[in-house]
Amino acid sequence: MARKLLIEHAEVPGIAAYDVYRKHGGYASVEKALKTMSPDEIVEEVKKSGLRGRGGAGFPTGMKWSFLAKPEGIERHLVCNADESEPGTFKDRYLMEKLPHLLIEGMITSSYALGARRSYIYIRGEFMYILRILEKAIAEAYANGMLGKNILGSGYDLDLVVTPGGGAYICGEETALLESLEGKRGNPRMKPPFPAVKGLWGNPTVVNNVESIAAVVPIVNEGGEAYAAIGIERSTGTKLISASGNLVRPGVYEIDLGLSVEEFIYGDDYCRGIPNGKKLKACVPGGSSVPILPHYLVTKTAAGTDRLMTYESLADGGFATGSMLGSGGFIVFDEDQCIVRNTWNFARFYAHESCGQCSPCREGTGWMEKVLYRLEHGQGTLEDISLLEEINKKIEGNTICPLGDAAAWPVAAAIRHFRDEFEWHVKAPQEAQTRNYGLIQAPLEA
Amino acid sequence: MKVDHPQAVYEAPIDFSAHTMTEINRVIGLFPEGKQKSAILSILHLVQDEFGWVSVGAMNRVAQILGIEPIEVYEVATFYTMFHLDPVGKNVLEVCRTGPCQLVGSDDLIAYIEEKLNIKVGETTKDGLFTLKTVECLGACGYGPMLMCKYQFYERLTKEKVNEMLDAMRAASKS
Repeated sequence: MARKLLIEHAEVPGIAAYDVYRKHGGYASVEKALKTMSPDEIVEEVKKSGLRGRGGAGFPTGMKWSFLAKPEGIERHLVCNADESEPGTFKDRYLMEKLPHLLIEGMITSSYALGARRSYIYIRGEFMYILRILEKAIAEAYANGMLGKNILGSGYDLDLVVTPGGGAYICGEETALLESLEGKRGNPRMKPPFPAVKGLWGNPTVVNNVESIAAVVPIVNEGGEAYAAIGIERSTGTKLISASGNLVRPGVYEIDLGLSVEEFIYGDDYCRGIPNGKKLKACVPGGSSVPILPHYLVTKTAAGTDRLMTYESLADGGFATGSMLGSGGFIVFDEDQCIVRNTWNFARFYAHESCGQCSPCREGTGWMEKVLYRLEHGQGTLEDISLLEEINKKIEGNTICPLGDAAAWPVAAAIRHFRDEFEWHVKAPQEAQTRNYGLIQAPLEA
Repeated sequence: MKVDHPQAVYEAPIDFSAHTMTEINRVIGLFPEGKQKSAILSILHLVQDEFGWVSVGAMNRVAQILGIEPIEVYEVATFYTMFHLDPVGKNVLEVCRTGPCQLVGSDDLIAYIEEKLNIKVGETTKDGLFTLKTVECLGACGYGPMLMCKYQFYERLTKEKVNEMLDAMRAASKS
């Protein structure tokens, strides 16, 4: 079993309390950072670590930090994106519920590195019980001199606030999140200007995912190089994976990036395979927005090499035969699942969550949902399948934020790999209502 | 994006309890001077906690408290799906129906609750105790099928667990 940098102590009784967390080495990164390091030195360590944004985009965190504008006399902010809503993703919830002080510690160290004196955690409204846990932990951090004025005698001041959303997936997009944090509808903003220049209330702002901020703690404690030593290529460090769907042991796992997909699905330390002796049909490895992979492309790439849990290996083959690590929302489908039904389900999700600002997304997601409903309910035609591909092309790349792409990609991938199953729903609509298509055949070797 | 709209009828602002007002002032105080509007989602949650839903009169009061136009409250309340803009039952059961939950039986869970309460999704029981809604992903994908009620998550639900949960909610509503 790999070492855990983030959730090692998650199941220690009472770890959500300041004293217990402190006894297990908590807040060491704050002491080290504020007493012995300059803000720029911390940014350097994060760059050296190779840490990539854990919310889904995988953009290098150190680079994102270095883009932050620092005009004289203008306040800067760090905002933590705890609006975890990508279907299949529930790792941040686990981290915050079990280890609220780890997130707070990461927020303090990161805010110091960025020169932010007012930082915010924006958490999805449905996680209200976790907001209460965080509020309590923040109060403890204030009481122990880790927040507020002159932290640990360093002269550095920081105020930290946690505030809820109201049930809108789009607010996980960073500019929509900022709009929401300003008390408005979550309509994403045009970029540029990027939040690093004009973010919260027009001030330079960095928005980072919960797990990214938590990862700053071991990076500062052990150094960026030690963190970068874990993993493969540009996938460094550990990653929290949320495993769901048809698995013997779904849940949150911290893995070393580079673990094989085979080991993750079937290994004793991880998900232990698929229940009831069923076969693997498909897998969505990085949250509902990333392309679905048919069973023959899950544990092996098209080239026949082992598929690994890394940004590069999961994307091997591009969209033709690969997918993405995304948020690490790993959803597994057994042989009894219907791909048309699932594609319709996800399309409905995106139609529901589109903010309505850009026509291609607002109208296109609704169309896709309706066409997929027809196909799933035995009323579709073969033209409907090409119509879906047409709508897809008209959404992708034509919207302000990536929700349009996120809605288009899963539909495109499902048709690409499971066209036979879609056509079967048209050709045998009665039968499709009564039984499952089963496994799709791998294309014959050329 | 939600499609509900506040009624185009003027309703006088309603008063909130002393407890709600204390909490509203606390959350407003979390933000810098002049940025009080940032507290609007917290405030709407507090209002819903008190009344069970968010009426136009309540929104008009929120606008007064924040010193903003009523439309600024309406446009926010109608955008975020957690806010009920119509009266609901004492217990709103919000069942997750998105992909990962569907893979492990959310369709059956919804059908079972419909049968058990003799209502369809979107309806409220005659005794006003339960409203059944479906929602999109609640971030509990590894623990499905699941539902949320009063910010509490009920996970890995089976028929037995649903029965127990409903009985407990009925008992709690009587006391």
